[in-house]
Parts: sequence; structure tokens; C-alpha cells
Amino acid sequence: MKDFRLEVFKKASLCRNFENILYEKVQEKLIKFPVYLSAGQEFIAATISEKISELNISPDIFIQHRGHSTYLSFGGSIDELIDELLGRKTGCALGMGGSASIQCKKKNIYGHDGLMGNQVPIGVGACFASKCPTIVFVGDSAAEEDYCLSAIGWASTKNLPILFVVEDNNLSILTEKKVRRNWEMHDVAKGMQVKSFNISDDPLIINKHLQNVFDFPLLLNINTVRKFWHAGAGTDGENFDRYEEELKYFGDEGNAIDKYNKNLVLDAWQRQLEKQ
Amino acid sequence: MAKTVRETIKDLTRHHLLEKKSMCFGQCLTAVGWVGGTLPELYEDDGMVEVTTADVANGGFVVGAALKGIRPIYVVRYQGFQWYNAPIIVNYACKSKEIWGIPCPIFVRSIAMEGAIGPVAGSSHHSLFQRMPGSKIISPMTPNEYDFAYKEFMRDDDVYYVSEHRRSYDNNKEFENIIENGADFTLFPISITRFDAEKARIILKEQGYSINIIHQLWIKPFVFKNEWREALNQSKHGGMVLDDDYEEGAASSIAHSMMIDSEKKVYTYGLEHRTAGFHPDVDNLPPSPELIADRVKTIINK
Repeated sequence: MKDFRLEVFKKASLCRNFENILYEKVQEKLIKFPVYLSAGQEFIAATISEKISELNISPDIFIQHRGHSTYLSFGGSIDELIDELLGRKTGCALGMGGSASIQCKKKNIYGHDGLMGNQVPIGVGACFASKCPTIVFVGDSAAEEDYCLSAIGWASTKNLPILFVVEDNNLSILTEKKVRRNWEMHDVAKGMQVKSFNISDDPLIINKHLQNVFDFPLLLNINTVRKFWHAGAGTDGENFDRYEEELKYFGDEGNAIDKYNKNLVLDAWQRQLEKQ
Repeated sequence: MAKTVRETIKDLTRHHLLEKKSMCFGQCLTAVGWVGGTLPELYEDDGMVEVTTADVANGGFVVGAALKGIRPIYVVRYQGFQWYNAPIIVNYACKSKEIWGIPCPIFVRSIAMEGAIGPVAGSSHHSLFQRMPGSKIISPMTPNEYDFAYKEFMRDDDVYYVSEHRRSYDNNKEFENIIENGADFTLFPISITRFDAEKARIILKEQGYSINIIHQLWIKPFVFKNEWREALNQSKHGGMVLDDDYEEGAASSIAHSMMIDSEKKVYTYGLEHRTAGFHPDVDNLPPSPELIADRVKTIINK
């Protein structure tokens, strides 16, 4: 099992270093539009993508607006992501997508347009048409959109091979979940006959719940802690950090991976900035 | 006997599902009546897909299906329901090509009613789609026009908003523009007002007025043809765009484009800017032939 955990850490490390360095770029005002950083949540996409690699399938992926880690974990090009953040036509979304609407055609990652949660019905419709494995990522706040709920219900009715991943950081900007609702996504999904679990973002736990994924509709409500603000560069204070825990677990090997990825991201930024 | 609009839509849908292996989504498609008899009796295995009653989500399902390249038909039984169905279509499908280079073509069949159906479901709402980039809007009222709309859609990669009207379904005739030398006035009717514009012209002709009629099939993009501009410029008292939608919408936009590019005033006449009720006394319908004739005479005799 250690190999799986290590492979997940490698991906998470790339994501974390990308977001940390991007945070600095935003602070330097190199990027002047809203940037949605996914640091703190990277183990979700990293774990699922590793599991998908093991299964040797290429699902359609419907990403949410806070999607850098999803994009990178599933193999999106780092250079094209940087170009996108720099507003270039060579960016992964032709320079139109900024931070929130990134995509990767080669990896079947469909962009998000900014209408919160609409990737859920869109992903369900795509899955219905293709009958192919499909993953939809959505935040705990966007998941409250009425069309998300009815889409999960229709996926259940049609018994689609789809995985819904609710990245639940308990916040809508800074409004806590308990202020917004007195119910949980996994309970609602269960009520719609969708197999659902409320779990932490521990890679081993996520992996355990991905057995039989795509045999039926599955919803994982994954509790996580976002490191940075809703948008832009700032922090919400000291919180539990899964990355630090995993870094400690892997010791010297983890530090070497972290350093490698930091250099990889720095090199990529330098390479892309020199293109200007 | 020539095919009606109803039969044309039915045949095209059958072709689209069985030959093109596509899908047709909508609510209550297989219910009694099959959407005014415009659908062939096919079921989910054939691609005729009953969706939920959740209109906004349904629009999203169709967008997802379109992303997979199947060019779905989406039937929205009442144009007023577009206020729920449109959000994901206009925000995602219509923009997908520009943002991501991924076309997301959908043939949105949007059906207007003859009235008596209250504040939401009534007449046309094509102006709703007109405001957003990335869509084309066409309002076919004849069998050939419907066939043309479908073929255009199939060779294009945009979202098509097809503004239908139930009163046209029995129609098996084609329209021709009528342009006369030295006409008093020119009508530019859209959707179901095309039938009533023809009748209004007869009323006005009997009273000694010469009226041009230039039928508007395309609502967006609007292309002001040279022949139309010439006819308008030669009309003594200008022209009027007639619509089955609120007159502050597409009709006003088209009239504005015409005035910018001509020497004449172009008026609008469509639904009044008020809420429709169910009873005939409080309904809000497109102008009748008599009302069109009266409005034209008022303008001419100013």
C-alpha cells in the first residue's frame, strides 16, 4: 500500500508546490484576476487520479472552478496552465479561462464556466450520452445548487457509471456549512439511492471507498481543509494540513519529492516567463 | 398534398434519431399528443429521452450530451420555460467554442403557444437567447423553412434556438416576400405574426394602401439584405417589425439595426409590456391582423 500512498504524495506535492508558487505570483501582482487556489485539497484529486491510473481507464472529468490540483493530478500540462494564468492563447483554455475555467482536451478534462455547480448536470448528461466512466468534482457550496441535486437524482435513476466528488471544506467563501444548511450531501444522495460516503481526505481512506467505482453512481463527500482564501492570496490562519502530515510520514523521501517538485514548478514558471 | 410543419418536424426527428444516432431530450415527450404530434413514437432505446421536471438541470444534461458530439435536439414545450432551461445552455454551450475551442451544438426546439396559458408559458421568448453571444436564432413557420433550419444546424457548430409556434404546425404553404414599387409601408414580421401580417396586408390593400411584406426567418444573426434596405427606403412611411415576443426585445434590436442602416423610421409591434392573464380579456397576444392594420394606418396618417 505504501507505493500507492507515495504515488499520491508525488502528485499532491506537484499540486502543492504549484499553488504555493502561484500564491507568490499573485502577491507579486503578476496575475491580476481572481485566482482560486486548491492548496490543502490536493490529496482528493491526487488520490482519485492515482486510482484511475491503476484501473487503466480514461474517464471524462468535469472540473470545478477551484481546479488547479485536479488539472495537474490528472495530467494537465503545467506549461499550458501557466500560459493560461498569463492570459496567453497557448494556455490550456486559449487564454480565456483564467484560473477558474481551465481544461485539458488530451486528458478529457472539461472546463467550468463559472455558473457554480453546473458541471454536475453537464457531467451527468455527458455520462448519459456516452455511458463512459465520468468524474464530477464539486464544492460543498456549489453542491447546494438545485440543479446539482436533481442531476444526482437523474444519474441514480439511469444508473450511470459516474463518481461525484464533493470537496467539502465546510465553507462558502467564509460562511460555514451549518449556517447554510442542516443536511449533508451524502445523506441526500443516499436518499436518492446513490451509494454515498462521508470521509476524510486521507488517501488510504479515499482509495478504500473507490472499490467498484463506476459500477454504479457513487458520491464521496470528502472533508478537507483549504489553505488559502476563497480567491486571491491570503490565508485563513493555521489549520490542519494534510500535506505536512504526509511530508512527515515520508521523511527524507518526502522532502526530496517536495524539493524536486518545487524546482520543477519554478523551472516551468521561468521557462514560460522567458517566452514573453 | 404537401407536408405540414408538424410532419416535417416529425420526419426530421425520426431521421435525426434513427439515421444520425442522436438523442432528443425533453419533458413528457412520450405523453399523449407527442408534443403536438411533432415527434415520432420512439422511446429511450431509440434516443427519445424523457428527462426530469428539473428544467435547469435538464438544460445541463443536454449540454453534456452535446459535448460528447451527438448534436442533441432539446424540446422545451413552452418558450416561457426557457427562463429555467436557458442558464446552462447560454452560459456553457453557447460559450464553449470561444472559451475552450469545443463546439457544443444543440437544436433547441422552443415552442410558443396560441395564448390562454397565463403569465409564464405564453408566447415567444427568443429575445432571452438573443442577448447572449454564441447562439443563432431562427423562427421557421413553413415546412421548407424548418427543413432549412435543420440542415443549417447540421452543417454548423453553434447552438440553434428554434423559435416555433404551435399555430404554424398545420401549415403546409410557403411564404414569399411581397415588394411593390412605391409602397406606403413595409412589414417585417417574425414568427406567427407572419400569418397575420399577410391578412393585415389584404385589409390594408382593400382600403387603398400598398404594403410590402418581408418575412423574417433569421432573428440572429440579423442580416439586412440590400433588397430589403431598398424596399424600406422606397416605402413612403417606413416600416415595422412585428413579433410574438415583447416588443422591447429582438424586434427593437432589429428595428434599430434597420434604422442605423437606412433612411427610414422602423417601428415595432409585439407583445405589450405587461403580464398575461389566462382569460381572453387579460391575455397578452401578438397583434391581430386588424390591430396591425390599425397601427399601420395610424403611422401613415400621422
